[in-house]
Amino acid sequence: MSSVHTVREPLIRISKRSGMPVWKSWLIRLAAVLVALLLSGLFILSVTGLNPIKVYVAMFEGALGTTRKTWFTIRDTMMLLCISIGLAPAFKMKFWNIGAEGQVLVGGIATAGLMIYLGDGSISTPALLVLMAVVSLLAGALWGIIPAVFKARWGTNETLFTLMMNYVAIQLTSYCVALWENPFGSNTVGVINRQTKVGWFPEVFGQNFGLNVIIVLVLTVGMYVYLKYSKQGYEITVLGESENTARYAGMKPGGVIIRTMAISGAICGLAGFIAVAGASHTISTSTAGGQGFTAIIVAWLAKFNTFVMLLISFILAFLQKGAMEIASQFKLNDFASNVITGIILFCIIASEFFINYRMVLRKRKEAEHK
Amino acid sequence: MINLFVSAIVFGTVILYGALGEILTEKAGNLNLGVPGIMYLGGIAGLASAFAYESAVAEPVGVVCLIITFVAAFLASALGGLIYSFLTITLRANQNVTGLTLTIFGGGVANFFGGALNTLAGGVGQISIAATSAAYRTSIPGMGTGNWFCQIFLSHGFMVYLALVLAIALHVFLNKTRTGLNLRAVGENPATADAAGINVTKYKYFATCIGAGISGMGGLFYTVDYIKGTWASEGTIEALGWLAVALVIFASWKSLNAIWGAYLFGFLTWLYLYVPQLRTMLIGALNLDQDALQILNLTRSSQELFKMLPYLATILVLVVVSLRKKRENQPPAHLGLHYFREER
Repeated sequence: MSSVHTVREPLIRISKRSGMPVWKSWLIRLAAVLVALLLSGLFILSVTGLNPIKVYVAMFEGALGTTRKTWFTIRDTMMLLCISIGLAPAFKMKFWNIGAEGQVLVGGIATAGLMIYLGDGSISTPALLVLMAVVSLLAGALWGIIPAVFKARWGTNETLFTLMMNYVAIQLTSYCVALWENPFGSNTVGVINRQTKVGWFPEVFGQNFGLNVIIVLVLTVGMYVYLKYSKQGYEITVLGESENTARYAGMKPGGVIIRTMAISGAICGLAGFIAVAGASHTISTSTAGGQGFTAIIVAWLAKFNTFVMLLISFILAFLQKGAMEIASQFKLNDFASNVITGIILFCIIASEFFINYRMVLRKRKEAEHK
Repeated sequence: MINLFVSAIVFGTVILYGALGEILTEKAGNLNLGVPGIMYLGGIAGLASAFAYESAVAEPVGVVCLIITFVAAFLASALGGLIYSFLTITLRANQNVTGLTLTIFGGGVANFFGGALNTLAGGVGQISIAATSAAYRTSIPGMGTGNWFCQIFLSHGFMVYLALVLAIALHVFLNKTRTGLNLRAVGENPATADAAGINVTKYKYFATCIGAGISGMGGLFYTVDYIKGTWASEGTIEALGWLAVALVIFASWKSLNAIWGAYLFGFLTWLYLYVPQLRTMLIGALNLDQDALQILNLTRSSQELFKMLPYLATILVLVVVSLRKKRENQPPAHLGLHYFREER
């Protein structure tokens, strides 16, 4: 017996789940977030020796403590959500648009440029706002179409193309910042039209960021309907699943790719418009601030459901704001938020495994029989 | 002008490490977009360990500095690779999303501790790791002032040459050894490799973790040699990390191509500083008017446009590679996809 080679059956076997009730999958995700908070708490405790509960309370106050702080959190949520909505159609098509960062920046540049050159009052603010929105949409679309055309015609790797377009956009922004700097020599643009407020978003319902919320929520609903119920949305889904199937069904993959990337880039460009005209009123290389990358994860984790994106964006914006608060309260540094964000995302990513697969323990008796 | 080539080589070395690690990883079929995060981890681990050692010991020894920082940087980066491997290989998560998260996480951890180090050392840029930095920057005596050849090629610290050795070693490993062949098989067609008795999971894990360790060396070289042992949380390492990812494509997954590609990127990155000199030379050579070629008289804003060059070059290469569609220039066939035996 001992000389016979027996194949050992592994202790745990992994097999694909056929399906899982929605509530159960959300329970798993919730558990993942709790595990993540526990891990982050351990991180905070081991590094700083602070009581994690106190730190979390401070985070909550930082993000939602006052009306003002709440609105800042909402503003950041809307920004992240807007970019995620832009990315959703591209990613659903399995077109890896890593270039949201650049698309946001060119939209921002277009907006800032118009604000500066038409800021002398020659055009009324509502008209200027519409003009800026249109131009930023076009700028973003252009930035999205360039890699799409090459992908559609010659199959050029879009992940790296869009990534490189980010840096081209960043240098373009640096160029514009040096060109428009105010005051001279500061190498920053400063708040544009500080006195006249030409081209700034007007207050809606007495709130500075009311218009941001309205625009992004309209997009949220619009994109949901577009992806789920329109013919074009269907084409995107089919192309994402299998290019051959799409071809067989008579769709033209190239055309769909270019059209979808134009939409994707345009919405990201609009996010740049919102960031400049509706929030910071200035432009710098950090206008996009890495959110173009975070938005990819948001869109992917939400499985392109824009309402789930709203939830995830809110959680991330909440963390960011909360971490900034603890940074100033406990003299930590801002980057703690990135650490916590990273840990939470890792846990959510890992939790997807338990939703899609199940683990079967080896039955001891059965194994012995063999 | 010699300085341009010197700085091109030093800059190129940073991204060469990043790219070599990523080539090893991608050859096993894992597209790790966490390179910037991994380089961050390597950089901060090297810096922090050197700082801890030099503040604990009165007279730090150069060799010990080297060993400590090397081990710390390699382990920290490999740990980053391990997180990525566990999520993508064992838990079958999406590679791009996991990689991007690793970039956010690595950057966060590094800048968090980097900021803490800065505070400990009393202000920004005050971290003193003189002994370690000196050890890394030790070069062959007399080469810094020799003729142009010595200055450009022989005046660097040992990490520059180690990167070259590593590139050649990686080439030999991938193309001339049995293990290398198996590794490439895993990246091209894991199902076939599996059927041939190759342990796909093991190969992927080792390639990704060791690859991450090598990438992290780029971060180490950047902090202890390139910027002489300081920490600046401006996202420079992140840009370098993405450049390293681009270099992998630029070199079409060949480590020997990566060498000259890296130096070319370095050259293009620093070119803008030398453009005015170039203009003077051109005017002299072509007997032009003193006011000619104003376009090369860079202002602070047009400098920024010049800095686009390495990225534009990468785009150009991407397009050319896709136009030519040569088989040997294509990425590993199974790149970015996960392998699950029961899903065939």
